Amino acid sequence: MIEIQDVTYRYDENQIDLALNHVSLDIHEGEFTVILGHNGSGKSTIAKHLNAILLPSGGKVLVDGMDTVEEERLYELRQKVGMVFQNPDNQIVATIVEEDAAFGPENLGVPPQEIRERVDFALKAVGMYEKRNEAPHNLSGGQKQRIAIAGIIAMMPRYLVLDEPTAMLDPKGRREVMKTLRYLNKEHGMTIVLITHYMEEAAQADRVIVMDHGQVIIDDVPSMTFANVALLKSVGLDVPQVTDLMFRLRQSGVYLRHDLLTIDECEQELEKRLREIKEG
Amino acid sequence: MLTDITLGQYLPGESVIHKLDPRTKILLTIAYITALFFVNTVAGFALCAVFMGCVLKISGIPLKFILKSIKPLWLFVIFTAVINIFMTDGKIIFQIWVIKATWEGVYLAVIMSLRLVFLVMGTSILTYTTSPIVLTDGIEHLLAPFRKIKVPAHEIAMMMTIAIRFIPTIIEETDKLMKAQSARGADFESGNLIARAKAMVPILVPLFVSAFRRADELALAMECRCYHGGDQRTKMKQLHMQQRDTGAFLIVTVAIALLIGIRYLPGLI
Repeated sequence: MIEIQDVTYRYDENQIDLALNHVSLDIHEGEFTVILGHNGSGKSTIAKHLNAILLPSGGKVLVDGMDTVEEERLYELRQKVGMVFQNPDNQIVATIVEEDAAFGPENLGVPPQEIRERVDFALKAVGMYEKRNEAPHNLSGGQKQRIAIAGIIAMMPRYLVLDEPTAMLDPKGRREVMKTLRYLNKEHGMTIVLITHYMEEAAQADRVIVMDHGQVIIDDVPSMTFANVALLKSVGLDVPQVTDLMFRLRQSGVYLRHDLLTIDECEQELEKRLREIKEG
Repeated sequence: MLTDITLGQYLPGESVIHKLDPRTKILLTIAYITALFFVNTVAGFALCAVFMGCVLKISGIPLKFILKSIKPLWLFVIFTAVINIFMTDGKIIFQIWVIKATWEGVYLAVIMSLRLVFLVMGTSILTYTTSPIVLTDGIEHLLAPFRKIKVPAHEIAMMMTIAIRFIPTIIEETDKLMKAQSARGADFESGNLIARAKAMVPILVPLFVSAFRRADELALAMECRCYHGGDQRTKMKQLHMQQRDTGAFLIVTVAIALLIGIRYLPGLI
């Protein structure tokens, strides 16, 4: 479990504004958590606290009971909390896919035979095993980001933190990455913390945390989060189109459920209502 | 197109020479280059040519690639030849004021030129048959013993790997920047050399800025993957010396012995 206890953070000593303003959160094992927020809401700042890229100005971050300020356990911490960044090009170190996946375990001093096993496992988990001998620069953005994820998986982390991994990808690449993340979460029980500003991605999570001005304003399951359309819009976020449609219909007086996220659910609900109205 | 460049000049292949351990290839190339400096007779160079011919045949590299690698050498060859012809004392062929050409100079010039050609041939066979990444790996292993005297073997290899890794990325970016600037009316094709160099400034500035940003992000990503230099680091792919490596060592040792022998043998008899 990752415990964030009353954490504050300022980027600049002289600044009055807090990038994180007394944030407290627990991230549980096996959970798929999405952190939402517009630019400057503090969502990336919180991600960078999870593996000690940033250290809190006040409060504490505990990863499985280990305080992130303990410098001598830094590598242990970073092995536990894997981090994937926005630009896949700037994360890939090696010129061959499988060599890149091996980079993390090599740094940890894992024996060669075991690295081989881990690399094969990680590349299979992200569906890039067939491309293991190719050069990364010949692959698509989505594929490159999956290799970056494989590079982290090969370190056998307990938590996978992704800081806007889909921001630079095309829609196809975004779908590939999301599919991979859901698979890792469902099939391998990987704990995932995904920072994003895409609502469609948040809708697929177990839990959504919405941040604004360095504070957590919503922490709930997706359906309940998106039911709060007015609040989301007030902090500059859009809701999924389906939710928005239902919200507007409700505002104009049509009675509809407010916790629907998928097009199918929405279609069924609308059909049901129409039938009810027809039958009087 | 800018984007389909090949890295280095590696020609993938399945020959015995391709499969040799990179350490073997590097060491033997160094030995061969050293031996070249002992060669100073026609017989010696003939032997060299035969040896190179055999290596070339086994490696399956077309002769034209080797000739291509020698081509840029001509200026260098002419330069050394001129220096040798006019700076060596000996039997004068002709003399203009204080500058004199000598027979001994011509002899030395021919030898030096041949040496250069054979030297470049040898090293290009190394780079044609070894991929840059394997070559880097070999260099890292060979430099490893020198870590005791503070030679940063792993760091050198890491820098080479990252440089190779980012060449296509930077080229792609250059291409994008050129297109973006062309769309804004920039002209890279016309004008004299200075005008063209000036036109490159709007490309180079953003390219450098972005390269620094990339370096920064890469460093962070590497730290997150627990990178802390070469200490206690393991390697997934281990290098193994095999029978063919021993064979290569034996063959080259014999060849070098012959090369050196030819120089001293006539004197001994």
